[in-house]
Amino acid sequence: MIQYILRRLLQIIPVFIGTTLLVYFMVFALPGDPIRALFGDRPPSEAVIAQLRQQYNLDQPFWVQYGLFLKNLFTFNLGVDFTGQPIAATLGRIFPVTVMLAVEALIIQTVFGVTFGLIAGLRKGKVFDATVLIASLVVIAIPTFVLGFVLQLLVGVQLGWAKPTVGATADWGNLILPATVLGLVSFAYVLRLTRASVIENMNADYVRTATAKGLSRPRVVVTHILRNSMIPVITYLGASLGGLMGGAIVTESIFNVPGVGQKLFQAVIRSEGPTVVAIVSVLVLVFVIANLLVDLLYAWLDPRIRYEN
Amino acid sequence: MTDNITPNQDTAPVQEPAKGAVVLEVRDLSVDFGVDKKWVPAAIGLNYEVRAGEVLAIVGESGSGKSASSMALLGLLPSNSRVSGSVRLSGKELLGANAANIREVRGKDVAVIFQEPMTALNPVYTVGAQIVETVRLHNEVSPDQARERALRMLELVELPDPEKAFKSYPHQLSGGQRQRAMIAQSLSCDPKLLIADEPTTALDVTVQAEILDLIRNLRNKLDSAIVLITHDMGVVADLADRIAVMRRGLIVETGTAEQVFRNPRHEYTQALLAAVPHLGQGGADQGAEVDVTAALAAAAHAELESVDHDDLVRRERENAAALAAAAAERPQGEPVLELTDVAIEYPKQGRVPAFRAVEGANLVIYPGQVVGLVGESGSGKTTIGRAAVGLLPVAAGTMRVVGQDISAAKKNGKQLHQVRRHIGMVFQDPSSSLNPRLPIGESIGEPMFLAGEAKGSGLQKRIEALLDQVELPRSYRNRYPHELSGGQKQRVGIARALSLKPKLMVADEPTSALDVSVQAKVLELFQNLQKDLGFACLFVTHDLAVVDVLADRICVMQRGRIVEQGSRDQILRNPQEPYTQRLLAAVPLPDPEKQRERRELRAQLLASGVE
Repeated sequence: MIQYILRRLLQIIPVFIGTTLLVYFMVFALPGDPIRALFGDRPPSEAVIAQLRQQYNLDQPFWVQYGLFLKNLFTFNLGVDFTGQPIAATLGRIFPVTVMLAVEALIIQTVFGVTFGLIAGLRKGKVFDATVLIASLVVIAIPTFVLGFVLQLLVGVQLGWAKPTVGATADWGNLILPATVLGLVSFAYVLRLTRASVIENMNADYVRTATAKGLSRPRVVVTHILRNSMIPVITYLGASLGGLMGGAIVTESIFNVPGVGQKLFQAVIRSEGPTVVAIVSVLVLVFVIANLLVDLLYAWLDPRIRYEN
Repeated sequence: MTDNITPNQDTAPVQEPAKGAVVLEVRDLSVDFGVDKKWVPAAIGLNYEVRAGEVLAIVGESGSGKSASSMALLGLLPSNSRVSGSVRLSGKELLGANAANIREVRGKDVAVIFQEPMTALNPVYTVGAQIVETVRLHNEVSPDQARERALRMLELVELPDPEKAFKSYPHQLSGGQRQRAMIAQSLSCDPKLLIADEPTTALDVTVQAEILDLIRNLRNKLDSAIVLITHDMGVVADLADRIAVMRRGLIVETGTAEQVFRNPRHEYTQALLAAVPHLGQGGADQGAEVDVTAALAAAAHAELESVDHDDLVRRERENAAALAAAAAERPQGEPVLELTDVAIEYPKQGRVPAFRAVEGANLVIYPGQVVGLVGESGSGKTTIGRAAVGLLPVAAGTMRVVGQDISAAKKNGKQLHQVRRHIGMVFQDPSSSLNPRLPIGESIGEPMFLAGEAKGSGLQKRIEALLDQVELPRSYRNRYPHELSGGQKQRVGIARALSLKPKLMVADEPTSALDVSVQAKVLELFQNLQKDLGFACLFVTHDLAVVDVLADRICVMQRGRIVEQGSRDQILRNPQEPYTQRLLAAVPLPDPEKQRERRELRAQLLASGVE
């Protein structure tokens, strides 16, 4: 077991180097000059530009730039971005917000997705099942920004049940709307996955055994059907966590959440290589570790795939 | 082991049935299933009763309603079903009882053992946890007491290491151990009635014999009533006191085991008994019936209580004479399949190392010869069959097929392609080995078309001829596999295998998924075809009785090695290897009296066995 975890953690190294290299190269290859773009319409003197270039190592060839980035990374010195702010401080500001948002969205989609999926599966072919299936299709079909604006207007502005925008100080309460929007799409998938899995397991032999033992229906459902049905759902949830962290750009802009998505978007626009790569590096780490956790959870749920060597 | 398996905490208010008292009384039980808004009967007006300490076997083929009617006793049928009649357990009516009362009965008064122990136990909980769950559900006991009891039950079902089994997940146990665990769970609350739904069907014969022994011992010890649902006449002969034969939802005959086996009255019962392959009986042209019991007794130097000494000596002598008289084999021509010291490996995949499934195999098949390859699961018999067709690489030794050495042949290379034209293959599961989206005519014609043997109207003629050969109507060629019955599908499989006029046929358990009466017909067809067309055949099976019907030679495999081979007479009349003897002794005979002899012999063999 420990050996397995170590092996998986070691795998992070090549994945990390690969992704950062790729992202660094893409930012490097972006057209336009980030330094000139900084000053907009009033071009500064050549001397200032040259000095800035040197400061950000932009005058070095690609491999040297990348090498310097790695070196700085391992000495925990992420440097400053083009506006002079330390990147480490930026990361420390934006990541907690996004983690909060992602976790809240994850909880919403899991709780509602699994509950509705379970009930729909158990009542396969009945009215509830049909309704939920159609509703989930509608949710999948509507683009996120439409959903976002509609909820913002309806719940946030007209009904006033929740704050329509988040602003500088994000907390669990005012993140509820963006988290709902973010969770809704995955919610539909979780629901459908749970439903299909429940239907499959409902007719399994061991469920019949459990009934034949004399267990009550709720106990059969919870201890025998639900637990076995969670196995594919967990895999999906793990994979969706990465999407929730990095892909929340639209939602974050609609609700003005000062998180990773917004910052990443700005950094890409400004060709700020160091910032982009720093954010992506953290995302890669989150992704890899989330996947490891999912695999461990998987083994806990299904003893048939315990990792023994 | 302890005889007292009732924990003293158990207050047990239910009156214990007196010895021989009626435990289960079924009157006019009917079961219907709603299919396409119509009620389709699965069981019609069943009447039977079971007494304490008695085993009632409900026998029938698939679709006879034997399982559905028994699941109806406990309300375990799916919601599209309808049950009527009366089911009384010690006088208490079960049908129409409210949900809470039924739950009270389930697992406590009536327990069920299911067919497939792998899927009938929840894969995500340990065996111990599942038994503890049952115990605590029906008894007011602490977790520790429940654990104690679960361990005692695992000990009672003779699991070698109860502590370890308790902590194991189902997939960590072997098939036989899983079924023992299942039985332990069923018995954990001292049921008055045990319903065993095909309890040994998924198991190897030697394991089946052990489980049957276990059920017999437990019956004597616990005095429960047992309803045994099975299609296997051998199992019935071994265990049943009384028999109810079911066909198409009706009980066509009931009686004591003696009556039904000695003197079956209903013609269906007679047909069913006639269709059961009987180890030792042999095929139509294989001469005298072999007295396997006598052969085994001679090999083991056993004395049987149930058989008179002089009589046994006489039988042993007759057997030896028959063996001496048996014609020696005269192999002719060049071998069609020849294995010399062959080892076969499943190649390594990623981190999973290569697995050597067969080692040191020597085997020769001459033209026109049928060689039966017998073994239990994991013995490597299927592996040899697959390697002969070039589906698995040969790791060591030489394998010659139709005169060509394919040991070093490249995967999917030209040589294998050529060799495969001379081999036909019939698979175990007829449903999954035919493409569901191809009409069967195309399935049959595909090999000929791909080999460039025939096309157009010539191909159609060949397809028709093949359908004639396997005795299917020509009009069937436009049908799809799902429109055919299991036996018909297997006929299609045989026709496809025959389409290129193979020199060698590899048949991998072609009849094990079929009902006995269907199996008998398919085997007969196969035999006739073999005689007419004269192909050589490697017949892979776990069923000794089937091999006995078909094979000229028999090879017995155990743990990847061929432990013994010889002519049918040599193997059946004079088995040398202890494993062969044990295997032969484990096959139940569809005759209660002969089975009693066999059982005693098996006990002696095991007692004297080195292993």
